Amino acid sequence: MNYPKELFYTKSHEWLKYEENDAAVVGITDYAQDSLGDLVFINLPEVGDAVSMGESFADVESVKAVSDVISPVTGSVCEVNEELMDEPEKINESPYEAWFIKVENVKDHEELLTADEYEKFLKEK
Amino acid sequence: MKLIFEKSYQGRGNHIFPSLDVEVGIPESAMRNRKNHLPEISENEIVRHYTELAKRAHGVNTGFYPLGSCTMKHNPKVSERVASNPKFVNIHPLQPIETTEGCREVLKRTEEYLCEITGMDAMTFQPAAGAHGEFTGMLLIKAYHKKKENYDKTEIIVPDSAHGTNPASAVMAGFEIVNIKSDKNGMVDLKELEEKISEKTAGIMLTNPNTVGLFDNNILKITQMVHDAGGLCYYDGANLNAVMGIVRPGDVGFDVTHLNIHKTFSTPHGGGGPGSGPCGCKEFLRQFLPGIRETKNGYEMETETIGNVTGYYGNFLVVVKALAYLLSIGSDGVSLSAKNAVLNANYMMHKLKDIYDVAYDRTCMHEFVLTLEKLKEDTGVSALDISKALLDYGIHPPTMYFPLIVHEALMIEPTETESKEVLNEAILAFRKIYEDALKNPDKALKAPISTPVGRLDEVQAARKPVLRYEFES
Repeated sequence: MNYPKELFYTKSHEWLKYEENDAAVVGITDYAQDSLGDLVFINLPEVGDAVSMGESFADVESVKAVSDVISPVTGSVCEVNEELMDEPEKINESPYEAWFIKVENVKDHEELLTADEYEKFLKEK
Repeated sequence: MKLIFEKSYQGRGNHIFPSLDVEVGIPESAMRNRKNHLPEISENEIVRHYTELAKRAHGVNTGFYPLGSCTMKHNPKVSERVASNPKFVNIHPLQPIETTEGCREVLKRTEEYLCEITGMDAMTFQPAAGAHGEFTGMLLIKAYHKKKENYDKTEIIVPDSAHGTNPASAVMAGFEIVNIKSDKNGMVDLKELEEKISEKTAGIMLTNPNTVGLFDNNILKITQMVHDAGGLCYYDGANLNAVMGIVRPGDVGFDVTHLNIHKTFSTPHGGGGPGSGPCGCKEFLRQFLPGIRETKNGYEMETETIGNVTGYYGNFLVVVKALAYLLSIGSDGVSLSAKNAVLNANYMMHKLKDIYDVAYDRTCMHEFVLTLEKLKEDTGVSALDISKALLDYGIHPPTMYFPLIVHEALMIEPTETESKEVLNEAILAFRKIYEDALKNPDKALKAPISTPVGRLDEVQAARKPVLRYEFES
C-alpha cells in the first residue's frame, strides 16, 4: 500500500494536505479504499457547508457497506470534487488524486499522523 | 436461462373462454393504447419456467442457511396450514365485530403470550415489519416525553454495533442519534455511556444479546443509568431467539420492544412480505399504542394513541402463524428452542475456532462472528471469497462484513432447527474451504464453480441495476 510522505493521516483513515492560506484538501487513504472494497456511491457536502473535526462530512457506499467519512479539520467547504459522484471508482483507482473536498479557513484539526506514523498505526491495529 | 417474456409466443395461452354472449361496452376512451406485455405461454411451460427458477434458488427448504442475525429457522408446515384456513383467510377487518370472535381471540392470545415472553404489558400488531416496529416504539417514546413536556429530550443513544435500522428508525421519529463505541469485548462501554448520557437523553436502543452474539452482562446497570437520566430503554428483539423463555426484556429494565416474529416465532421471512413486527410496551405507555385495540370500553383507539402506523390490525395471518408456532411448541418449547439455538452456535464455533479466528473468544449466544483479516493478509482470500466457496458446498453463506466493528467478518447463526449431522457437514465444509484457501488461494478466488452463475459484477449491480425487461414495442 502507498502512503505519500507529503500528506498527513488520521486514525479514521482520511488523508489531509495543507495548501496556502489556511486551506486543506481531504480524501480517504489507500488502506480505507482497500478495506471498503469497490465503491459504488458517494455523498459529498456542498460548497459553503461547515465541517467540524471528528464529525462526518460525507459517506461512501461500497459493495459491502456504507461508511461515514470523518473530517480531520474544522472550516468551511470551498470546493467539492463533483467528479467522484459519477465515478466513485476513481477513489479505488487512485485514492490520493481522488480528493473529496477542499476546506478553507481551517481553524482546528484532529490528531494528525505522518506517513510513517500512520503505517505504524496500521501495523499495530 | 430465458426470461418468461423471451419464451412468449403471440397467441399462445391457457384458457378456452366460452363465447361472449353479452354486448361489449368498453368505451374507446377506457381502452389501453399500448400492448399490455403479458407473456403468452402455455401452462406446462409456465410450470417448467418457475420450477427451473426454484431449482436455481437457495432457501431454507433447500439447504443449510446460517445467515447471521436473520434467524433462518425452519417454519413448521403446520403453521402454514392453520394460517390458510379459509375462516382466517376470508375475514375482513370491517365486518361486524360479533362475527370476528375467533380472530379477536387469536390477537388477544398472541398478545398475551408475547407479553409473557417479553415481560411487557401490552402489544400492538400493527407494524408490518421489524424496522416498522422500531419506528413505532420510537414514536411511543416520543409521545411519552411530549406528554411529560420533556421538550429537551431529543437524543437516542445507539451503540456502534447496532443494526442500521436502529438509528434510521430513531431519526425517522425525529430524534438525534448519539453513537457509543463498543469496548474490546463488543459490549456497551459503560464509561462512554456515562459520558454520552445527558439531560437530552430520550432513550437508548439495544439488542441483547448484542450484534456480535454476546450477552451484555451489564444490562441492569445500563438500563438503570438511562432511567436515572429520565430516558426510556428500547429492546430490539432481533436477537430474542437466544434468550426467549429465559430472560425477559421487561425484567431487565426495558420499557419498549419490538419482535421480529419472522425470525423468532417462525413465520416466513417473506421475500418482500408480508411481515409483522409487533411492538410491546410497559403499562405506562399503553395509552399511546397505535390502531384500534381491545380496550376496557370495547374495540377502539387508546386515549392518547399515536394514530395508525398501518391499516387495521396489521398483517393478521402472520400473527396466526406465530400463534400456531407457540401453541405447537408450548411454553417448555420456547426456552428449549433458545437453549438449542445457543448450543448449536457454540458447537459450531468450538469445532471451527482452532483454524478460524473468532472475533470474540468466549461463550457465544445464538450466533458468533469470525474474522478473516489474517487469512486475507496472508493469502488474499477474503470473507467474500470464503462465502462464495460455501456456495459450492450447497450452503448459503453467512452474513458477511457485518457487524461493521469486526473486519472481514463472517457472522454465523445455525439456529435450533438444524440437526447435529447438518452442522457436522457444514463444519467439514468450512474447514475444507479454509485449508484449500491456504494451499491454493487462486482456487478460492474463482469460486463458485457449480452454481448457475459465478461471480457477479457487484459494482454494476449496485450502480446500474437492470431490473426489468425492455420490450421492443
